[in-house]
Amino acid sequence: MPEKVLVIGSGPIVIGQAAEFDYSGTQGCLALKEEGHEVVLVNNNPATIMTDNEIADTVYCEPLTVTSIEAIIKKETPDAVLAGLGGQTALNLAVEMDKHDLFEKYNLTLLGTSIQSIQQGEDRELFRELMDELNQPVPESQVIASVEEALQFTDTFGYPVISRPAYTLGGRGGGITDNEEDLKELIHNGLKASPIGQVIIEKSIAGFKEVEYEIMRDVNGTCISVCNMENFDPVGVHTGDSIVVAPSQTLTDQEYQMLRTAAFNIVSALDVVGGCNVQFALDPYSKDYYVIEVNPRVSRSSALASKATGYPIAKMATKLALGFQLDELKNPLTGTTYASFEPALDYVVVKFPRWPFDKFTGADRKLGTKMKATGEVMAIDRTLEGAFQKAVSSMDQSIPFIPEDELYVHLKQPTDLRYFAIVQLLQQGESVEAIHKETAIDLFFLNIVNNLVKMEEKLESALLDKKLLQIAKVQGFTDNKIAELQQKTPAQIKKIRSEYGIKPGYKMVDTCAAEFEAATNYVYTTYAGINEIEPLPSNKKALIIGSGPIRIGQGVEFDYSAVKAIQSLRNLGWTTVMINNNPETVSTDYTTADRLYFDPINKEVIESIVEHEDIDLIFTQFGGQTAINIADELDEAGLPLAGVPIDTIAQLEDREQFYDVLNRLEIPHIPGSMCHTMEEALEAASSYEYPLLCRPSYVIGGMGMVKVENEKELKSALEHTDARHYPIVLDQFMTGSEAEIDLVADGHDVFIPEIMEHIEPAGVHSGDSMAIFPSTNLSSEVKETMKKYARQLVQKVNYHGLMNIQFLLSGDTVYVLEVNPRASRTVPIISKVSDVSLVELAVKVLVKDPDFSLGNEKQPLIQKAAVKYPLFSSHAMPELDHKLGANMLSTGEGMCLGNTVEEAMAKVFEHLPNPYEDEDVCLIEAASIVKGKSSTLSFSHWIQTKEAKVYMNDGNSKDDSYKRIQALKSGVTVFTEPTTFNAYIDSLAYDPYQPTPLPGNTKKECV
Amino acid sequence: MQGFLTLQEGQSYQGEASSDWQKPVEGEVVFFTGMTGYQEVLTDPSYKGQIVVFTYPLIGNYGINEDDFESEEPQVNGVVMLQCAATVSHYQATISLKDYLNKWNVPFLTDVDTREITKSIRSEGTCQGALAKESVLPSDKVLTGQIYQAYNPNTTCYGEGKKHIVVIDFGYKSSIVEQLVEKEAKVTVIPFTNLSDVYKLNPDGIVLSNGPGDPKDATKYLTELKEILEAYPSLGICFGHQIIALAFGADTKKLSFGHRGANHPVKDVQSGRIFITSQNHNYVVDEESLNDTVLEVSFSNVNDGSVEGLLHPSKPILSAQFHPEANPGPEDALWLIDEFLTDIPSKKGEKVYA
Repeated sequence: MPEKVLVIGSGPIVIGQAAEFDYSGTQGCLALKEEGHEVVLVNNNPATIMTDNEIADTVYCEPLTVTSIEAIIKKETPDAVLAGLGGQTALNLAVEMDKHDLFEKYNLTLLGTSIQSIQQGEDRELFRELMDELNQPVPESQVIASVEEALQFTDTFGYPVISRPAYTLGGRGGGITDNEEDLKELIHNGLKASPIGQVIIEKSIAGFKEVEYEIMRDVNGTCISVCNMENFDPVGVHTGDSIVVAPSQTLTDQEYQMLRTAAFNIVSALDVVGGCNVQFALDPYSKDYYVIEVNPRVSRSSALASKATGYPIAKMATKLALGFQLDELKNPLTGTTYASFEPALDYVVVKFPRWPFDKFTGADRKLGTKMKATGEVMAIDRTLEGAFQKAVSSMDQSIPFIPEDELYVHLKQPTDLRYFAIVQLLQQGESVEAIHKETAIDLFFLNIVNNLVKMEEKLESALLDKKLLQIAKVQGFTDNKIAELQQKTPAQIKKIRSEYGIKPGYKMVDTCAAEFEAATNYVYTTYAGINEIEPLPSNKKALIIGSGPIRIGQGVEFDYSAVKAIQSLRNLGWTTVMINNNPETVSTDYTTADRLYFDPINKEVIESIVEHEDIDLIFTQFGGQTAINIADELDEAGLPLAGVPIDTIAQLEDREQFYDVLNRLEIPHIPGSMCHTMEEALEAASSYEYPLLCRPSYVIGGMGMVKVENEKELKSALEHTDARHYPIVLDQFMTGSEAEIDLVADGHDVFIPEIMEHIEPAGVHSGDSMAIFPSTNLSSEVKETMKKYARQLVQKVNYHGLMNIQFLLSGDTVYVLEVNPRASRTVPIISKVSDVSLVELAVKVLVKDPDFSLGNEKQPLIQKAAVKYPLFSSHAMPELDHKLGANMLSTGEGMCLGNTVEEAMAKVFEHLPNPYEDEDVCLIEAASIVKGKSSTLSFSHWIQTKEAKVYMNDGNSKDDSYKRIQALKSGVTVFTEPTTFNAYIDSLAYDPYQPTPLPGNTKKECV
Repeated sequence: MQGFLTLQEGQSYQGEASSDWQKPVEGEVVFFTGMTGYQEVLTDPSYKGQIVVFTYPLIGNYGINEDDFESEEPQVNGVVMLQCAATVSHYQATISLKDYLNKWNVPFLTDVDTREITKSIRSEGTCQGALAKESVLPSDKVLTGQIYQAYNPNTTCYGEGKKHIVVIDFGYKSSIVEQLVEKEAKVTVIPFTNLSDVYKLNPDGIVLSNGPGDPKDATKYLTELKEILEAYPSLGICFGHQIIALAFGADTKKLSFGHRGANHPVKDVQSGRIFITSQNHNYVVDEESLNDTVLEVSFSNVNDGSVEGLLHPSKPILSAQFHPEANPGPEDALWLIDEFLTDIPSKKGEKVYA
C-alpha cells in the first residue's frame, strides 16, 4: 500500500463544481489517514474544510496545473495520487499528468479508476464505442470537430440537437437548439470550450424521464447501487438544474432493475474502482432507454446520494481505491452490517437547485444542458408533499410572483421559475394534464404539487380542526403559511397545534429502513409518525445554524466557519447540534456534529429543535447572512442566542444607527442616508453629488447594489429593488483603496491577526476583488488607525465574537465602510495563513471559557504572503458582462501562497500566457494606461485567432460590454480593472513554481 | 375510518382503514424494505396469508399492470402502508393499487407509522397481528401448511425450448417460469403432491420452487424428493432450497425476523464476489446441521452469515435461499439460472421433439 498520497482537490467554486468536493475531499483525506497514510493535499480553494490543517498532513494552495503539480511532486515525493474526489478539475488534471508521463517519471500510482477507464468514460467517442460493444443504447450522436460536421449531422437526423463539449464541467459550453443559426454559434463555442476541441452532437431525447444511479465497485468486481434518483424535470434540463427526488418514484421494479443492471454492466466494463454515476433517459411510454452519461468519479450527485441515504460514498470510494473490498468495510451507520449492501430508504428526498438569478438579474434564465445553479438544498420527509415544501423553504428566498402572461413561457422553455409557474397555474385552476402536456413532467409529480395547491385552498376556507391541521403539517405547511391562509397569527397556530397535541417528531436516517438497529445522529423533522429521537444527554448543548445553499456571496467559507465552530465547541466539552439543508457540505456530514438535523432553517423548525434538545446556546455568527437574518426572530421567541444582543447587531447593520455610532466615535464614514421609500431616496440624492452607491438592506454579497451616475440611473435601480430590501442606503461614491479586518472581540479586547489589502480600488465589491494578506502597502499609521477604530467600535457596542470591518482609504483619511457582525468570507483565509483559528477564539469568547483570555492571545508571526482572487462562472453565464462593480459576481475564490506577494501573485496568474513572449495572446483596449503588450489586430479579428487568451477592457460603453461578453463566450480571460491587469503583468517576472505549504499542518507540529 | 394493526404482544398502531371492516383479519406480520416491487410482493405466493408492512412510505406510485404479477391474485391477508396511491399515471398501469386491493377485498391500513412497526418486529421478532376496527389481539392460532393453499393442483406447461424443466410447485412465482422460458427451456409445472409425474415427464432438470411458510410442512415428501434430486440436475429456490437441505438430512430453523427486501448482500463462497439479492423467507438452513450431510455451503449472507445457497459435491444439485429470478429486486443473480441451464447436459434434447 502507498504511504504518502497526493490528493488533488477541485479548486475554487464555480458553477458545476461546488462544495460537494469539499465534502468528498474531506472524507477522502480522513479515510486515507484512518488507514495510516500521509496526506498531501493540493487545492487552491482556501474556503474549504479540506484545506484546514486538521484534515490533510500538508496543504498546498497552488495552481492546479501540470507544471505546478510536478513541482509539488518533486518536493514531496508522494507514492500515489488520488484524483477521483476532486471533480472534473482533478480528473482532467490526472489525464494531463498522464499525458506528460508524470506517473511513470515519478513512479506514482493512480489510486482507483485508471486513466484508461476515465478516458473511456469521458471521451465521447470511446464511450460510444464501449456502449455499442455492451449493447447499451445511446442517443444518435457523433463526435465532431467542426461546424460543417454538425450541419451534416442535422441534415441526417434533424433537430433538436444537443451539443456537449468533451472534458468540460457542468456542461460548459454545451446547449440545445432547434435551428441552424443557433447551432453554428453553439458548436463554435463548444469546440473552443473543449480542451481537446471535440464536441458531441446528439439527437435530443428531451421529454424522457431522467434517472441516475450511484454505483460503487470494488477491485473484486462487486457492484452495489447506493441510490437511484429521478428528476422531476424530464431530460432537457441539466441534472444539476433539475429538481431531483430520491429514490425514483415513477419507475416499476422492472424498470428500476433494468436500469440498475445496465449501470452495473457499464461500470464493470469500465473497470471502475470506487464511485461512479450513470445517467439514463427512460421513455415514459415504453421500456426503451438511453445511456446519457457516465462520471467515473464521485460527483455532485454522489454527494446528494450520500446525504440522501446516509451512505458515505466518498469515504468508501477512497477505501476501495486503496484496494479494500466492499464486504470488508462496515456500514458506519449501523456498525453491524457491511458496506456491501444497498440502502433502503423509508423517507423521500427532494433536491432543489439554487440559482443565481436573484443576483444576475440580467442573465438568461432559460435552463438547458448547461448548468446554471450555484448550489442546492435537500429536504427529507416521509411524504413527497412535505419534502417539496421543506425544499422550497430551505431555498432562503421569497416565493416569486410571475405575471400571468408569462406563466406558460416558463413551462414551454424551462427556467428556474418553472416550478413556481406550475404552482401558480394550478392555483388558477389549470389542470395537471394541461401542464403535463406542456412540460412532459410526470403526472405523478404534478399531482403532488396539485395536492399542495388543493390543501392551500382548503386551509383558506375550512375550519382548522385537528385532522385538517394534522394533514397540513404532514404535507409540510409551516405555521406561518397556515396562519396566513387562516388569517391568524403564527403564534395562534402554534397554540392550536399544541392544544391538539400535534408536535413534530424526529426520525433517523439509518440506511436500512429500520431493519437493523442503528445508532446514527442523522435525523430529520416530520409530522408523519411519532418521535423516535431522544434528546442528547448533556448539560451544555449548542445549536449551530448553517448557511443553507451555496449562492453568490455565501459560499463554502461559511460552512468552514460552522464546522470549525462545531470542532471548537466539542473541544471545550460542549455537545453540538447542527441544522443545515445543504447536501454538498461537510457540516451536513453526520459525523461532524454530535447530531445533525437536516431541515429547513426557519424559526419554527429551530424553535422546536431547541425545545426538544433543550439547547443552551444558539450560534448564528457562523452561518453567514442566512443565520444572522434569522437571529431577530429567534431572539423575539426568547431563544438563547450566543454573542451579542440583537439590538447591537442592528446598531452595526442598520445604516442609520451605524452612522450614528460612527459619528459619536468620530470615526469618518462615507456621507450617506437611509431611505425608506423611493421618494425619500430621490430627495436625499439631490443633496449629494453623483455618482452615488445605492445599496439595499439585509442582502448577501451586495445583491442589488449599484453605482449610479445620475438620477435616471438611480430611478431605474430603485424600480428593481424588492420591497423587503428597503430601507436602502444612498452613499456618496468615493474613490480610494480598500482594506479589511477580521477580528475577534470580547467586548474589550480585540484580536486582529493582520490587515487584508485589496488590489482593486473602492467600488469593486470586496468579494470580487483580489486581495493581499498580510497587507504590504499600508503605512503603519494607517494600520494603527484601522485597529484603533476597530477597538473603539467593539468597545462602544460591547461586541463579542467575530467581526469583519471594511475600510476605504482616501488620501490620509481612513473611512469605515461597513461592519459585518459575523464570520466573514475571509475568515478561513486569515485563519489559515496566520495559523490562528479565529473561529476557535470566537467560540471561546462566546461560551465565556473561563480558561481563556483574549487579551493574552499572542500576535501571530506571519511568514508567508497570500493572494486571494475571485473566480467567475462566466462559462455558465456568458451572456453577462462581468465588469467588476458594487454587485458581487464571483461564485468562488482561490488563494495562492508564496514566500513573497510577487511569488503568490505569479501563482495566481500561472495559467495565463506571457504577452511579452507572444503579443498575439493579449489584446488591450483600456481607457486607462496599463502595462503589458497588446496584439495590434482589431478585436473582431483577434477574437477569431486561436492565440487569443487575455483581453483587457475597462470601458463603460455598450460596445465595450459587448466585446467583453464576446471574449468570455470564446473562453478568453477578461480583465476589467487596470490594477488587476497590472498585477498580472507584474507577476510575469516571478517564478510560480516554488511550492509553499500552508503553515500549521500537523506534520510540522510533530517535528 | 380508523383502523388498527395490533401485534401479539399488544402493540397497537392506528391508521386509516380501507373500508368498514366487519371482522378482524389475521396474519403473520412481516415487513418489506424494497422501495419498488409492491405488485410482485402482493402477488407472490410466498407471502400467502401474511400481513405485509411496506417500510417505504409511498406505495402504489406506478399502479398495477398486467405484466408484473407473480400469480393471478393477491396472496397477502392484509397490507399496511403510510400512503397508498389512489391515482396512477404509468403507461402500463391498468388500475390503481387502492382499487386493486379493494377489488380483491384485501384489507389495508394507511397513515401508519410503518417505521415503528418495523422496529417492533426487529426487536421482538415476527409475530401474528390483527387488522381490525378496534385494537384487538390476534388469536394464538398460527397459520401452518400454507403450501397446501399456495400450490396449483393442476399441471401446466410453458415454452417450447430444447431443454425440458419440471418446476415442482410449492407456490411458485411466475417469474421463475418466465426466466426459464426466456432462457429457452420448455417448462412443466407440477404440484409437489404429484411427484411421481416427474418420472413420466423425464425432464432434463428440476426446479424446486419457492413457497410460503415452514419447509417442514412438506416433510412427508422428502424421501421421494431426494430420489428425484439424485436422479435429475436440480435447482432449489428459497423454499425449494430449504427442501433440498431437509431432503439430504439437514435441518431448518426460523429466523427471529425474516429477510425480506431487495438489498440483501450474498457472498459467493468460492469467488468471494458479492451480489445483492431479492429475498423473502422466515426460515433458513441451520448451518451446523449441514455437518452431517454431503451438502456444502455455496453462498452465505454478508450481514448475518446465514446459509444462502448449497451445492452437492458430486451431483448437479444447487440451491439458493435468495431469488435469482428477481422480481422484485436486483437481477444480479440471474446468472445462477443461466448456469443451471447451461450445465444441464442436453443429451435428452431430442426427446422434446419426439
